[in-house]
Amino acid sequence: MSDTNAARTPRLSLGPISYYWPKEDVERFYAEMADAPVDIVYLGETICSKRNQLRYEDWLAIAERLEAAGKEVVLSTLSLLEAESELLRLRAICDNGRYLVEANDMGAVGLLQGRPFVVGHSVNVYNDRTLALLANQGCKRWVLPVELTHETLAQMQQARPAGVETEVLAYGRLPLAYSARCFTARARNLPKDDCRYACIDYPDGLVLSTQDDNRFLALNGIQTQSASTLDLLSELPRMRELGVDIVRISPQSNGMGQVVELFHRAIAGEMAPEDASKRLALLMPTGPCDGYWHGAAGMDAQREAGV
Amino acid sequence: MELVCPAGNLPSLKAAVDNGASAVYTGFRDDTNARHFAGLNFTPEKLTEGVRYARRNGVRVFIALNTYPRPDGFTRWEQAVDRAADLGVDALIAADLGVLDYASRTHPQLNLHLSVQGSATNYEALRYYQQHFGIRRAVLPRVLSMSQIRHVIEQSPVEIEVFAFGSLCVMVEGRCILSSYATGRSPNTYGACSPASHVEWIETDTGLDTRLGGVLIQRHPKGENVGYPTLCKGTFQVGENTYHAIEEPTSLNAMELVPDLAAAGVKAIKIEGRQRSPVYVGQVTKVWRQALDAFARDPANFKPRPEWTAALGKVSEGAQTTLGAYHRPWQ
Repeated sequence: MSDTNAARTPRLSLGPISYYWPKEDVERFYAEMADAPVDIVYLGETICSKRNQLRYEDWLAIAERLEAAGKEVVLSTLSLLEAESELLRLRAICDNGRYLVEANDMGAVGLLQGRPFVVGHSVNVYNDRTLALLANQGCKRWVLPVELTHETLAQMQQARPAGVETEVLAYGRLPLAYSARCFTARARNLPKDDCRYACIDYPDGLVLSTQDDNRFLALNGIQTQSASTLDLLSELPRMRELGVDIVRISPQSNGMGQVVELFHRAIAGEMAPEDASKRLALLMPTGPCDGYWHGAAGMDAQREAGV
Repeated sequence: MELVCPAGNLPSLKAAVDNGASAVYTGFRDDTNARHFAGLNFTPEKLTEGVRYARRNGVRVFIALNTYPRPDGFTRWEQAVDRAADLGVDALIAADLGVLDYASRTHPQLNLHLSVQGSATNYEALRYYQQHFGIRRAVLPRVLSMSQIRHVIEQSPVEIEVFAFGSLCVMVEGRCILSSYATGRSPNTYGACSPASHVEWIETDTGLDTRLGGVLIQRHPKGENVGYPTLCKGTFQVGENTYHAIEEPTSLNAMELVPDLAAAGVKAIKIEGRQRSPVYVGQVTKVWRQALDAFARDPANFKPRPEWTAALGKVSEGAQTTLGAYHRPWQ
């Protein structure tokens, strides 16, 4: 890859919506994003196959509108694959023939090998031997697993295979775990098989606090997230230095237009990352964290939000 | 079905061998395996001794190299693979793609098992690992129901091993970073969950608080039994309720499912607990050996005997056991 300045200006991507939003909210959201300064949009359900507000055809219709608006569209896939019905849907996505696909499980990597694909952050790419192997199988882009540090990223970048792009999740509640158990249904005293789609009531997840009122985690169906929002906006200079190609932000229910705008302006050099980051803190449901990037506990906020 | 038992050190290995294990699984004394605890695991010399002891008794030895090396540590994992191959272990249990790739190319004769940390919950993933690394067995994460296990086995290109007893991971193994979120150390990178170095026990006016990385996990009234603060077994508040929001401090006991597991085609059942004492390992191995033998003699009438259940209940975490995800309503 050439080392021009242009190549070092990262593009901005919008990760898949990890929550269960009503169909009209999802459509309104992407109508807004079609006009927002994001370059790449990841679409689809990545958490729970029971979530059925949007069917596959609905996602393809959104994909078409976003593509017409000049966005690169990537279809994302489930992170935890168990049932045959889930594999059936996965195969349909992998065989869509038009859009790049993001694999979030090794089963998806298996189906996509030989074609170009993206490896999401829930696939464990912890070393360069792993990345080289995946690149041989068709991986064109990988997303840094969220618990790795900027120092590990630097080592990975030094050994990165030609033609592979690096993407870093820089904003959003952190994906921490996946389970067979649905914690949202459990919180409502419902069995998973009769969950009554409880997730739809929590557009940013359901906050779990410690007994001394520390807002600690966010329950999102079978996924557990951090209550704090990852914010690496002020690390943009370091990401440029490391040759990060794409900076990913993860959707939340409120103020996403402003989040995109702040990232865009910071990347374009129209705003100091620190200033943009201070503004971002006001938009977070709980508060910021950035510990993983710095080699600390993930929940730590190394950089004070200043608000 | 084979009985695969934990061996955190030589006395545990001997206890498992003496009480009827078909195979034991071990680890080296560092962060190359997911039970990286102080004082636990094997130096190459001890493992040589262990392999000799097990072999004499017709028991196989597996070694877990099932954490995820980062680039600057990769050579150490390579060396560990080489050492395991030199020792002639019966299987290497690995999770990382890079480690599996290295092992299969450098030591093609080495028998590879996919670790539970490899997070393979579906047969497409199993096919991938079999195709690229020639794995012969996979350990399934503790998230599948019985019917899902049956389905995976019908389509699987490799033998399947499942956990049947011991501590219960509620999350898909290899994909849970709750521990590093609170402490900076996770099973993937460090080989330990909720590490003791980050645990605090704090006396309060009303009893005892346990914290992990400063996060309050459990608040015990005076006189209550105090358990280890594993993050996912804590008591938290969600909405108006204060409860075990993720999982109770129970452990897995799938003994009553032995006939179902056998009918599904499960090749081996695994006992968790390399961090447990030799006495524990001996006791649990003995009871499970009796159960599997009883099942083999008379499969149609198999039922866990009360004395087995009592013996296992006594050593279980919180003295409560569950069928976990195998039993759909748990989910």
